[in-house]
Amino acid sequence: MSLIQDFSKGIWKENAVFKLLLGMCPVLAVTTSAENGLGMGLATTFVLVCSNIVVALLRKLIPSKVRIPAFIIVIASFVTVVQLSMEAWVYDLYQALGIFIPLIVVNCLILGRAEAFASKNPVSRAIFDGFGMGLGFTLALFILGAVREIFGSGALLGYTLFGAGYQPMLLMILPPGAFITLGLLLAAMNKYEARRA
Amino acid sequence: MKDIGRLLIALTLIAAGAGLILSLVEGVTREPIKEQRRIQMLKALSAVLPEFDNSPDTDTVTLENGVDKKGKPIQVIFYRGRKAEELVGTAFKVIAPDGYSGNIEVMVGVKPDETLQAIEILAHAETPGLGSKITETGFKDMFKNKGLDNADWRVKKDGGEFDQITGATISPRAIVGAISKGLTFYREHKQEIVAAQGAAK
Repeated sequence: MSLIQDFSKGIWKENAVFKLLLGMCPVLAVTTSAENGLGMGLATTFVLVCSNIVVALLRKLIPSKVRIPAFIIVIASFVTVVQLSMEAWVYDLYQALGIFIPLIVVNCLILGRAEAFASKNPVSRAIFDGFGMGLGFTLALFILGAVREIFGSGALLGYTLFGAGYQPMLLMILPPGAFITLGLLLAAMNKYEARRA
Repeated sequence: MKDIGRLLIALTLIAAGAGLILSLVEGVTREPIKEQRRIQMLKALSAVLPEFDNSPDTDTVTLENGVDKKGKPIQVIFYRGRKAEELVGTAFKVIAPDGYSGNIEVMVGVKPDETLQAIEILAHAETPGLGSKITETGFKDMFKNKGLDNADWRVKKDGGEFDQITGATISPRAIVGAISKGLTFYREHKQEIVAAQGAAK
């Protein structure tokens, strides 16, 4: 039961983007299209699950005084693994995500889960927590990317949705579009929650 | 302070483990990454060169063109495309440093008569939807068959003959300038570039 809760809390109740507002740098910067959001989310999920596993395994061995540098070494290693693998096997995505792959290292979501969850819980729970949080993050990036792509380029996942007459709202792909979309989504979610309560 | 030794050992072990994993992954991915870069390079080369049947990425001439800000020589690599041993075109990269945001890297393909076969934008960071239109076919096709002698290498706004893009004059201006500089360099060094040294494998 509690494993499922560990997993599902990351999707909605403690969603990293919509509820905790963590990791805003990649959220705002790479979500110019649904595909970019998905790729970034999955890369982050992979790093998060791996780092959660290792941190949970080593939690009794890492002295608490040096736990933060230890966590960062673990996270940075997995990020480099992801970066090298993407360059080797999914080159197009690697080019699209560019500088934001190395920046996964400083995504406070990952360090946050290592510190707040993985370092205090057994491996099994840490895995479910990592998957839940990661997929919640991916979902949020995908939604944001999809909204911006639909309005900003009139397409979804590269497929054109509207006829040639559609004039794309450029603003949505530019940085302000990220803030506007996120703000409107948060407002809608808060409204929904308030009504339900 | 007496537990500092324990801290040191713990961190050292973690760092060593991380190093071990990274060296393994680097070893596994080294070849695929090299192959990917080669494919990307060949893709760009076949976009700007006439049909060829050699491997232009190994048939190259490297020349120095001035020095960069740090005083290091800037190297320009010329990739030569051949068909049945005959030189059909030369591709090289020009960099426009004066774009709207960051460098614009352009691969240009020059035919033996010094006119352009095609150009390809390799990397840019121009505004999406405005300056980024430099990657569209309509813009790139403007340069087909243009050379130093049959074109006025300025954008229309400056009195030349290349269309700027509505709302974005800076990016096309930077590209037109960089290509014309590249063509001038090509003309000045044509003998060295075309010369047979390092011939096709």
